[in-house]
Amino acid sequence: MILQAKNLRVEFRTRRGTLVAVDDVSFCVARGEVLGVVGESGAGKSLTGLAIMGLLEPPGRLAAGEVWLEGRRIDQLPHAALRAIRGRRIGVVFQDPLGSLNPLYTIGEQLEETIRTHLGLAGKELRQRALALLSEVGIPAPQARLHHYPHQFSGGMRQRVVIALALAAEPILLIADEPTTALDVSMQAQIIALIKRVARERGAAVMLITHDMGVIAETADRVAVMYAGRIVEIGAVRDVLHAPRHPYTAGLMASIPRIAAGAGRSRLAQIEGAMPRLDAIPRGCPFHPRCAKRFERCLSSRPELMPAEEGQAACWLHASAVAQR
Amino acid sequence: MTLACVGAALAAPWIAPQDPFNPAALDLNQAFRPPAWLDGGSAGYFLGSDDQGRDLLSAILHGARISLGVGLAAVCFALVLGVSLGLAAGYCGGWLDALVMRIADVQLSFPAILIALLIDGVARIALPAGAQDAIAVPVLIIAIGLSAWVQYARTVRGSTMVEKEKEYVQAARVIGRRPLAIMLLHVLPNVMGPVLVIGTIQIATAIITEATLSFLGVGLPPTRPSLGTLIRVGNDFLFSGEWWITVFPGVALVTLVLSVNLLGDWLRDALNPKLR
Amino acid sequence: MRAPLLSVKAVSRDFDVSRPWLDRVLEGEGRRLLRAVDGLTLEVRHGETLALVGESGCGKSTVARLMVGLDAPSDGRIEFRGQRRQMIFQSPYASLNPRWRVRDIVAEPIRVLRLARKAEVGGRVVQLLAQVGLSADDGEKYPHEFSGGQRQRISIARALSGEPDLLICDEPTSALDVSVQAQILNLMAELQRRLALTYVFISHNLAVVSQIADRVGVMYLGRLVELAPAGELFSHPRHPYTRMLLEAVPQIERTGEPRTPVAGEVPNPLAPPPGCSFHPRCPHADERCRRERPELIDAVACHAVQEGRISFAR
Repeated sequence: MILQAKNLRVEFRTRRGTLVAVDDVSFCVARGEVLGVVGESGAGKSLTGLAIMGLLEPPGRLAAGEVWLEGRRIDQLPHAALRAIRGRRIGVVFQDPLGSLNPLYTIGEQLEETIRTHLGLAGKELRQRALALLSEVGIPAPQARLHHYPHQFSGGMRQRVVIALALAAEPILLIADEPTTALDVSMQAQIIALIKRVARERGAAVMLITHDMGVIAETADRVAVMYAGRIVEIGAVRDVLHAPRHPYTAGLMASIPRIAAGAGRSRLAQIEGAMPRLDAIPRGCPFHPRCAKRFERCLSSRPELMPAEEGQAACWLHASAVAQR
Repeated sequence: MTLACVGAALAAPWIAPQDPFNPAALDLNQAFRPPAWLDGGSAGYFLGSDDQGRDLLSAILHGARISLGVGLAAVCFALVLGVSLGLAAGYCGGWLDALVMRIADVQLSFPAILIALLIDGVARIALPAGAQDAIAVPVLIIAIGLSAWVQYARTVRGSTMVEKEKEYVQAARVIGRRPLAIMLLHVLPNVMGPVLVIGTIQIATAIITEATLSFLGVGLPPTRPSLGTLIRVGNDFLFSGEWWITVFPGVALVTLVLSVNLLGDWLRDALNPKLR
Repeated sequence: MRAPLLSVKAVSRDFDVSRPWLDRVLEGEGRRLLRAVDGLTLEVRHGETLALVGESGCGKSTVARLMVGLDAPSDGRIEFRGQRRQMIFQSPYASLNPRWRVRDIVAEPIRVLRLARKAEVGGRVVQLLAQVGLSADDGEKYPHEFSGGQRQRISIARALSGEPDLLICDEPTSALDVSVQAQILNLMAELQRRLALTYVFISHNLAVVSQIADRVGVMYLGRLVELAPAGELFSHPRHPYTRMLLEAVPQIERTGEPRTPVAGEVPNPLAPPPGCSFHPRCPHADERCRRERPELIDAVACHAVQEGRISFAR
């Protein structure tokens, strides 16, 4: 296990009281594995990523839980130590490639600075490594491109550069937050393939945060579905997407439009209502107001993740399975 | 506190113990009386009197009223002028935009006081001596206003250019609204925020500019003094012992400006629907 | 056959993106024109949902503005044979005036177009809000009090209040979550049935389009490369770009299957490739493709298809 998150809890202190944005979230990612964290806006997936990296800004804070990286606990490290780890062992790819790159430096300079800082290389070796990275992420003519500035790259290319930067220090964990959302469809496919290849070849653990189920389907090995700050289902991608155990996952999958040849126009299944705001999370199971399968227990007590066939789901419908074990 | 200041200033003609501008009521014998709590003072002249026997308290109240009035009027003038030009320049673009901005650039290269002095000077030359005092106030308002409109125009133009691209403006165009209607009904409410901020700060600046001009002698005359004029008048006597003629108007000026700024802060927050 | 509701005839739209005059003169540069839409011809039929798909920079948003009348073509003609057209925009956050109450926002078209007497406006607004699933109380609130999905509903109500024959929708669900998107798409379908509306639906999301469109037009660098009924397009795509797009869409059904990712990326619209603008990325490109621009024949603009060089074994 490269990454282990245990019972993470992220709180925001506001005028109206303390809001819980991430509630008791636990998961792990193994070497070479891609874990998808999927959910709609407000589900808390980005915050989870930030919490793991120690990048939460006040008034948000990690109120409880543990983050273990390669068997070392990192959430309680002092700032400097955490920063060193973040640069060296964790690579990050954010949604907006334009914001992740410094417009005033060439990408060669930015790449080399990262490599130099974390791997201590210099001179010819440094240049070789930078070129190798650019080739690895599929940028043609890397020799020339090293001297270009970020604005001279197109969106897709820029995202590749960002991935190269993230990989520069040879991280064991790569966290990608909506890496393809700002890109065109044809670019998306290429970036997805790149991320998968990187995970395989380097043996890095990848945490892929996105709202796009299609991207998850193509890229992830396992997936965690988040709703209102909690993980409601987790398991292998094939299981969760094709045979979801939690009513929310099922509703989500049913509402995604698909290209099915000859299907034509048909009504999409929809989930009524909307995700609750952080200051109005219902008692019991947070999904129960929108759930067609709810019963009494769902209104009063909150379900934990429990075994449901091959994976796990936080739903009382599977409680009988628990009782049997 | 603000309301008290403003209220007092507005109510000056009624509550002042003495009408300081009625020459007949002046008694030169009462000149140079110190404030009531010092020797030689009297309750009738609470803050003392100046060189012409005017009760300082009344003079301050009236002066504050004029200062406030001129400040507000000048800012209103600048605001209307600046916002209109800014809106037009931002929304219409093209040659109108270029023209307005060039004029603005030229104007910005002159300091405000200089412009005000210039306009004032021209007015004095152009108009007969008798009329000068009477039109001092309007001239002052226009002078200060003309030196200040550029800030509004620039800010509004910038905001207008941003808002113009937003989809609610496009929607209004699709519906068929005419450009003028869109500018006034849709864009204006959304660009007024920074304008109000600038405006409230500028009232204070305008009051100070007016006080400065009066202090320099080119603002309001001693026959109808504002706080600035009073300070100037008192300045001559500062070191001969009658300190109160300068100090009290000075304190009053500072208090007035401070309270205007506070009022401005409150006004801004109150007008933002998102904070309601 | 009834005449189409909207005809677009060889429409082009150029944008002047030249550098400032002084810079140009000093560097001896000419004017720079960006051809966002290039010789587009199509028609919108009564009661249908016509979708226009393409990636960023293909000109579909410009086409939307041209169709609704917000912009005029540099070349060609647009003929609208209906009474009124309205538009729904992509951003739920920028499409409603934050300083106006919802009831005023929805009432504006009624007032400007004088579609009802003053006394009736209020009632009409309540009716419209109900039609999109909002309550009368919602009319008193400001836009920032609503979620993205609800704001799009308000946008739809505003568009409907203008009693349009044609509704142009520019990426109306792209900024919404998947479950909210489903609600809005269902709502739009239902409104179309009830009110006999005609939609032009612009999107980059092929899956969404396959759900709601009758006919689909695929755009690339300002040109229409294929136009076909939805069922046809998705089961038998003909133009190489269409096929590439469909290949690129992440498919949930194909979990874990390896795929050949697509080649290259969209070129700079300021300097489109000569001839067929797709040829640098096309596996079937030949000499003719590099020289000559393909015309839209039999709903496909591709030399290879027209010459029968591509086989459609399925």
